Amino acid sequence: MRPLTEEETKTMFEKLSKYIGENIKLLVDRPDGTYCFRLHQDRVYYMSEKILKLTTNFSRDKLISVGTCFGKFTKTKKFRLHITALDFLAPYAKGFGVAAKSTQECRRVDPMSIVVFHQADVGEFIRSEDTLT
Amino acid sequence: MLVFFPAPHVFHCEPTNMAACSVEELLAKAEQEEAEKLKSISVQKELDLEFDVGNLLACDKNRIETRDLREKKRNDFLRALARDNTQLLINEIWKLPTERVEEVIVAKLPEQTTRLPREKPPPKPKPPTKWEQFAKLKGIQKKKKTNLVWDETAKEWRRRWGYKRANDDTKDWLIEVPETADPNEDQFAKRNKAKKERVAKNELNRLRNIARAHKVKTPGEGLLPKAQQSKDELAKAVSVAKTSTASVGRFQDRLPKEKPPKNSGKKRKFEPLIGDFNSEKQKQLELLKIMGSKTPKLDITKAVNTQMREEDREEAAARRRKGAGGKGRKGNTAGRGKGKGPKGKGGKAGGGGGKRRGKPGKH
Repeated sequence: MRPLTEEETKTMFEKLSKYIGENIKLLVDRPDGTYCFRLHQDRVYYMSEKILKLTTNFSRDKLISVGTCFGKFTKTKKFRLHITALDFLAPYAKGFGVAAKSTQECRRVDPMSIVVFHQADVGEFIRSEDTLT
Repeated sequence: MLVFFPAPHVFHCEPTNMAACSVEELLAKAEQEEAEKLKSISVQKELDLEFDVGNLLACDKNRIETRDLREKKRNDFLRALARDNTQLLINEIWKLPTERVEEVIVAKLPEQTTRLPREKPPPKPKPPTKWEQFAKLKGIQKKKKTNLVWDETAKEWRRRWGYKRANDDTKDWLIEVPETADPNEDQFAKRNKAKKERVAKNELNRLRNIARAHKVKTPGEGLLPKAQQSKDELAKAVSVAKTSTASVGRFQDRLPKEKPPKNSGKKRKFEPLIGDFNSEKQKQLELLKIMGSKTPKLDITKAVNTQMREEDREEAAARRRKGAGGKGRKGNTAGRGKGKGPKGKGGKAGGGGGKRRGKPGKH
């Protein structure tokens, strides 16, 4: 396990910024504790420093997972975000939607068809009254 | 082995006395000489000699009386003994089949029967090669292979390897370009190059095996004895020599203007696992700030580089134009094409500079 290098951090943040935009600093700098990202066998884990200090007692081959796995780096050093990161991304998400079509269909479909539904909750209409037409 | 001797030569003493002139005396003398000759030819020995005619060797196992080796008669006795034994050896040689070669009678010597001892010490067993070690470890047996292989294209039997071998892929006159290959690649050259690489690799391994057998130290790192050393090789040799100390080069003095070595090791260095959390946080926040600011940071260097490249290309084009005798059209298209080039990546500085340069190119 090791901390991420500059390039790896940059790649990961770029990916995260697509989902949560500016709010990554809220993940990095948390009021309720110091959390950090660590790399273990090409997977990025997000954990508090308390857990990190406990992890030092495990050898590399015995350590399977720490904290939550945000994603992994592929062989060509691209960052793939995993579903396990959802709990942390959800509060800061730029937007939520439900896919209207499956992935394969989305690729084949014409430009004007609907691919994402935005399911609003009950109070959204009142909250964003001004922005909605 | 053949032996040349000019004429039948028999050892005998010439009669010194030629005084008597009468026929009888002459006849008697001739008879005497004949007898002497015969006597000279035949030699009586107690034990027969052992002959190794191939080596021209005769072994005399007869006993020698010590009184013969007394002071006065010694030389004569030895001479007579040598003469007799040589006569016997010559007799043996005469028994061999002879032939006449250019007016010379030549006898054909048989094989040598005496076993001579070794001239040099026997060779030490060679240490096994890398392959031999591996084969022994895995239990791989050597399989006998046929000398000739059927070559389908040539419809004949050809040798398995070597000159004019069967199924030589470098000798194909037609090679299909595979779909995944670059169409501009020369497939023939590719095959030839692969073969050369295989040959070179084989040669290298052969030499390494020899070096291992003779326990010659080959330089894994360091200078190879070549005529010209490149700068990189010398630098590497210096760095290896420097680190080959007990303290791994930490206390080695440096020359006055020598720079300290950059981390030329293969190992990457990472931050410690539990470093300073605050500094880590700060670094990440800064990174986010830079990412968020949306100003292209590296574009300045990129623009400068593209600018410099542009200038170089312009100079080259100008030189070509002068050399071609002022053919303006070629210069024009070159200038315009270059002007449109760096618009995409260079940012404002690069793009503007390029465009400005394009105009003088028209002249």
